[in-house]
Amino acid sequence: MALVEIRDVYKSFQREAQHIDVFTGLTLDMAERSFTALMGPSGSGKSTLLNLLAGLDKPTRGTVRVARAEVSTLAPGQLAEWRARHIGFVFQSFNLLPVLTAAQNVELPLLLTSLSRKDRAERVKVALGVVGLEDRMDHYPRQLSGGQEQRVAIARAIVADPTLILLDEPTGQLDAKSSQEVLVLLRRLNEEFNKTIVVVTHDAHVAEQARTVLHLEKGELIEKARAAS
Amino acid sequence: MRHLTLVRANLGRHLRRTVLTIASVALALFLFASLRTVVTTIALTGQFGSARRLVVTNATGIVFPLPLAYANRLSAVPGVQAVSWANWFGGRYGDGKRFFANFAVDAESYLKMYPELVLPPEQREAWLKDKSSAIIGVRLLDVFGWQLGQNVTLQGTIFPGDWTFTIRGVYRPSDAVLNDDMLLFHHALLDERTNRAGIAGWYVLEIDHPDNGPRIAKTIDDQFRNSSSPTKTGTEQAFNASFATMWGNVGLLMNTIGLAVVFAILLVTANAMMMSARERTAEVAVLKTIGFSDRTLFGLVMLEAGAITLTGAALGLGGAKLLYRATNFNAAGFLPGFDVTAETLLAGIGIALALMLASGVVPALRAARLPVIQALRRVE
Repeated sequence: MALVEIRDVYKSFQREAQHIDVFTGLTLDMAERSFTALMGPSGSGKSTLLNLLAGLDKPTRGTVRVARAEVSTLAPGQLAEWRARHIGFVFQSFNLLPVLTAAQNVELPLLLTSLSRKDRAERVKVALGVVGLEDRMDHYPRQLSGGQEQRVAIARAIVADPTLILLDEPTGQLDAKSSQEVLVLLRRLNEEFNKTIVVVTHDAHVAEQARTVLHLEKGELIEKARAAS
Repeated sequence: MRHLTLVRANLGRHLRRTVLTIASVALALFLFASLRTVVTTIALTGQFGSARRLVVTNATGIVFPLPLAYANRLSAVPGVQAVSWANWFGGRYGDGKRFFANFAVDAESYLKMYPELVLPPEQREAWLKDKSSAIIGVRLLDVFGWQLGQNVTLQGTIFPGDWTFTIRGVYRPSDAVLNDDMLLFHHALLDERTNRAGIAGWYVLEIDHPDNGPRIAKTIDDQFRNSSSPTKTGTEQAFNASFATMWGNVGLLMNTIGLAVVFAILLVTANAMMMSARERTAEVAVLKTIGFSDRTLFGLVMLEAGAITLTGAALGLGGAKLLYRATNFNAAGFLPGFDVTAETLLAGIGIALALMLASGVVPALRAARLPVIQALRRVE
């Protein structure tokens, strides 16, 4: 059974007088422990698909099932709970809270669990260790480089051990060296920690790291390619 | 409790703004407590008085005296157990900037009439023996640095000349509403020096039972109705309340000013909270993406609003309570027993909670209802 099942999904927007159809009957499966790159031009629906998977948006029609939950039917309260448990989200612009240290940022998802303070601290340490920033725990985002900020964001996404990690252009604001570090990290998370990853990207280098590359154009899956392992 | 780190961090984001907002709430509630305490103190002063004491004044007005010869006739009225009398002296000390009440009283009967004026027995005896002496309230020791046995000179305003008294006693009122900064001296001395013997400012009577008060008052007023100095007799409480009403509708004025200040601060606090919430639109969207529910985010914003208003309330109300108590403030004797009451503190806390709701609900609802996709699109 696939971890992600998208069945006959329609999604449309009304922007002023204009009606925009993003998806018209999209069907797609993603297996557990897969590493999928979503590519395509701007407006092709990549980010919309990511938002549907994260339960941040609802399809106009059709079903989105992730980790055995039909996301599109969950009530707002259930959805937040489900998201806290199953989804790790990484943004292009890091989106760390500037008033919190790296450790406090990483701890955020754990505040929604019943873990004790000690257990939370232990998990934060492990997550920051995985991304190689154990020595930056007490640094504020402004004291970190872009690459380090994104690694903290990844630590925040993995700390609660989510079922699915979603990344939206994770290397979009990074230099080549930092991008490479993030890509190595993603690969490691998939191969070593068996995490299921979906990454939206324009960057061919990112796609190269994925095991599956999906090309979207005008909301349609036009190609399913297998990247070099 | 586990979200307190987040609340604390957000409050520290613009520390100066947070501190200024807390300070404005604190100042508003300090002013509220102070103004309301003026009202409650005046009301309390108006309520002071024994139910067994009646006050007899000239029916024409309190500034008009009564013959001292009335004393015996008042004593003879059925139900009257004791009679004393007093006269407003109106003396000034030094430059006169620090006002305090000073009265000529019939010493022995006055002390019996007012057991609330607590005086050591030896000082009582010393005062009664020395016609040129006075007793003072304990506060005047601090105000002027006077000492027992010291001679102090007042300049008479109603009764001209320098009036020197030896301080033979220091009283402490057993009831906080009673002034602790009066000076009392012998009525006999006033009679002697002014050559106007036989005049009293007003009489105080002790009666056998409070229920008999109206009957006794009527008997007295009827008795003197056709005399050259008709009387007006009432309870001591009514007498004190008549002074309280001289302030006019001060309660309405004070409450109106207090609430206007609070309302102004509400706008300041609400604006600060709205600004703070607007600046964090992206962060709220990120927290929602992480899994924070609408309810949790609503609670977090309300906690911030609560932290600001309740800290301000603690500082403002606690500050007022402690300051007035520590300085023993009584507005130069005009507001004896000036103390922030529990009711005022509760009203202040109520206002702080209302401030919290009024300033926090809108930004909290905005945070809770924030559409994540639009907010994230703005971020990305």
